[in-house]
Amino acid sequence: MFDKYMIVEDTLRNVVKDDRVTGFELGVRLPYYRGLGLSMVEDVQVTVDGETAPGSAVSLTVHGNTYKLSELPGIFDDRWEMGEVATVAVDKPGGLGRGEHSVAVRERLRISYMPVPGGGADQKVLTLRD
Amino acid sequence: MNTAHQIKRGVSFYSYQEECFLKKMSLEDCVSEAASIGALGIEVIPEQSITGYPDPGEAFYRTWDGWMEKYGTTTVATDLFLDTKRYPGRVMTLDEMTESVRKDLDIAKRMGAKHVRAIINTPPEVMEACASYAEKLGLKLLLEVHAPFHYEHPWVIRHLEVMHRLQSPALGFMPDMGTFVERFPRVMSDRALRDGARPHLVELAVETYNNHGDVHGLMDTFNYMGANPVEQGIARLSTFLTWNDPRGMLEHMPLIHHIQAKFYEMTDEGVEYSIPYHKIIPVLIEGGYNGYLSSEYEGNRHIQDIFEVDSVEQVRRQHRMFERLLGEDAGAFAGVPAGATAGATAQGGNSVR
Repeated sequence: MFDKYMIVEDTLRNVVKDDRVTGFELGVRLPYYRGLGLSMVEDVQVTVDGETAPGSAVSLTVHGNTYKLSELPGIFDDRWEMGEVATVAVDKPGGLGRGEHSVAVRERLRISYMPVPGGGADQKVLTLRD
Repeated sequence: MNTAHQIKRGVSFYSYQEECFLKKMSLEDCVSEAASIGALGIEVIPEQSITGYPDPGEAFYRTWDGWMEKYGTTTVATDLFLDTKRYPGRVMTLDEMTESVRKDLDIAKRMGAKHVRAIINTPPEVMEACASYAEKLGLKLLLEVHAPFHYEHPWVIRHLEVMHRLQSPALGFMPDMGTFVERFPRVMSDRALRDGARPHLVELAVETYNNHGDVHGLMDTFNYMGANPVEQGIARLSTFLTWNDPRGMLEHMPLIHHIQAKFYEMTDEGVEYSIPYHKIIPVLIEGGYNGYLSSEYEGNRHIQDIFEVDSVEQVRRQHRMFERLLGEDAGAFAGVPAGATAGATAQGGNSVR
């Protein structure tokens, strides 16, 4: 229901570690009207310029706590709050080039009162600045 | 105008979800806004509004208590979810579900609420297992009756069986007025058109719904007509929406302690486009209902693609309608000078139609 707000404008940037660009990150919200325990966040799929990042390269940071995507099913004591802008980081040596990128994010959520997986999708053109 | 009733007005902060999600309104803004329109009963979804749920800390609760006192409001209800699928690959055990509900009852108690919304997927066994704990805390654990569920639905009948057998004062219902959608909400049909549904198919769905015809046959018909995914969506939607005679609540009135006053669109004329509150409220009065009408605005998701959502104005309009239907003095929002109320009334037209 909040799909259009999932990708947060002006948040795309490269991640630099020890003077090397190791990947990129962006701000992402849940498309949902309440917060959700992380064990129920089944997938956060990031596609940039048509290339979908492998799940093993993706991590999520909520209020300062960073988890690999593969760790989320076992996290029972932390939540992604409603409207909270989490940081999704993708390992990608060299990162992304400067300029515009077509970014798509798809989230799959396990909502207990729904018989099928919930979640949402958003797509925006974001500009990577220095 | 009927004034022989004890029905009170309130707001569920679910109503302000768009503004809260985008951090345009703080939690205190919600309390202050509700108080300003005389909606003094507050309903809150802890998992939506409380950062750090389920353990926000004592400082949060003290702040909350302070707001209730400052604005003259009361916490009437909290809404619980039951994450039966919290653990990958399995459903929670009965003990785990009971523990989860008890935790939410504790939060409700600490916030000063009297009623707790049990989400529709709460099993009757869990209601039974939690009844005495809720009673001890002085709380009522109320199953929401949300479309497409109704009082003759097998799931609800199982709950009724538990309620009638236990005769516990702590169990009952919290009906959602979204079970009384008499005509198809145009915010939904307009959205389908914007999303690429062909007008003749939208019209067919709306007409079938409005005539209370065979909506379940629509999916099949749409299939034969080569419906695209948006069109199939509108056919499916017409089976999720329901119209029931509001008088169906009368039989269960002793179990009804809180009402979620769902709405999708308050028009410029001051009525809900699809839910006939002028037919619902007289039934509540006749049945002797003495709880709150708690606003639940849910139109935002259907208009946010092209309109600026103004949940505050939508809720204000619903409360002006409630005042009218409840026979309160026109414009007598408690605590607001007459001039301010008139000003709010004058802001009638906005982007939310």
